[in-house]
Amino acid sequence: MAKQEIRVTVNGREHRSEVEPRLLLVHYLRDVLGLTGTHIGCDTSQCGACTIIMDGQSVKSCTVFAVQADGSQITTIEGLAKDGQLHPLQEGFWEEHGLQCGFCTPGMIMSAYDLLQRNPDPTEAEIREALEGNLCRCTGYQNIVKAIQYAASRVREHEPVAAS
Amino acid sequence: MIPAEFDYYAPTSVQEAIGLLQEKGPEAKLLAGGHSLVPLMKLRLAAPSVLIDLNRIAELRGIRSSDGGVAIGAMTTHSEVESSPELADRWPIFHVAGAMIGDPMVRHRGTIGGSLAHADPAGDWPAVALALDARMHIAGPNGERVVPAGEFFVDMLTSALEPDEVLTEIEIPALEGRVGMAYEKFRHPASGYAVVGVAAVVVTDGSGSCQDCRVAITGAGPKATRATGVEEALKGRPLDEQSISAAAERAGEGMAFLGDIYASEEYREHLTKVYTKRALLAAARSAQG
Repeated sequence: MAKQEIRVTVNGREHRSEVEPRLLLVHYLRDVLGLTGTHIGCDTSQCGACTIIMDGQSVKSCTVFAVQADGSQITTIEGLAKDGQLHPLQEGFWEEHGLQCGFCTPGMIMSAYDLLQRNPDPTEAEIREALEGNLCRCTGYQNIVKAIQYAASRVREHEPVAAS
Repeated sequence: MIPAEFDYYAPTSVQEAIGLLQEKGPEAKLLAGGHSLVPLMKLRLAAPSVLIDLNRIAELRGIRSSDGGVAIGAMTTHSEVESSPELADRWPIFHVAGAMIGDPMVRHRGTIGGSLAHADPAGDWPAVALALDARMHIAGPNGERVVPAGEFFVDMLTSALEPDEVLTEIEIPALEGRVGMAYEKFRHPASGYAVVGVAAVVVTDGSGSCQDCRVAITGAGPKATRATGVEEALKGRPLDEQSISAAAERAGEGMAFLGDIYASEEYREHLTKVYTKRALLAAARSAQG
């Protein structure tokens, strides 16, 4: 089939592209837009390394076709730091040694981002549940959980809940 | 992992989707949440030449009350079902079972209708649909028909849907009396699928005996199945541990069991009894609580 035109907003910037229907969103982000922070780990929809935020929710970008993202708003790991300042989650992974090889880290951070926007004060069990779809082969998850706890407390300090 | 080439259509109405199915013929495949189909396409175990994406059809999404019961649009995601306030009070099983599906990203994309139509022998929703006696609303070239859940699951990965039909809505009838329901699952540690999953619904009266019950098993055999022997054994009996244990011994009667490297047929048969008992005990507690 002929290529189809899509329009997607990635990290606040609008892109128009002609894509083959079979092009996976993760390949579009990496190979067409050059955003290689989103990783491909397993290719079988299990590892979560390719997790991004699409229209406000975490999704595995290896299991969505780029044509399906037409009209959507996407945030990738590259979209988190603002004005040279790391996002609290990125800072947390740095401070708490939340990574070893780093391959799973972008997906871990995007899943944690999804969690914190729904639940700014998660328990340890809630953090571990939220990471169900992200595999890490190095850390044993302990420091990843700590990194997310660090980020949650930073986000709460900086955006205190308005007094009622 | 690059899937084979296909033509892509994104209709915005059910009628348009049915028209495309008729026009493109049996090589066309419907795409719902894509969390079964897209992995199969990446492995080239499936290579449909036409994909008809249902994600742009607004009428297939959402949850509404219907004739005392509730109707769930086929393209409602697992995560929407799991967190639905319309379902939480009267059908808590949707929250319990929904939260056990895959992981958050799978639940954000995967849909209840996609899961039911795929008829995966280890899917969670087929057991829930059977235990709630759901009615499947199906649209086709000749209009709508309704198929009870008990007739919907035909065989492994095969539902009662014809090639030119679309599952549109899952209707859950109202339940009268004091109702309890539960879903208990032995989760495969890697895939998250049900090695065995049991959905149980019990209806009791003031005296604490079982007026009615439905028990459905998934994961254990080639398709989700009602455990009618268990139901017969429990009806009219008190909803206590003794009666439930005795009834649960009949779980798996007449069933063909699947065996694989993770769980043998014998082990699945054993788990079926254990999880039937657990699901019935939990359902009984919620009916009496």
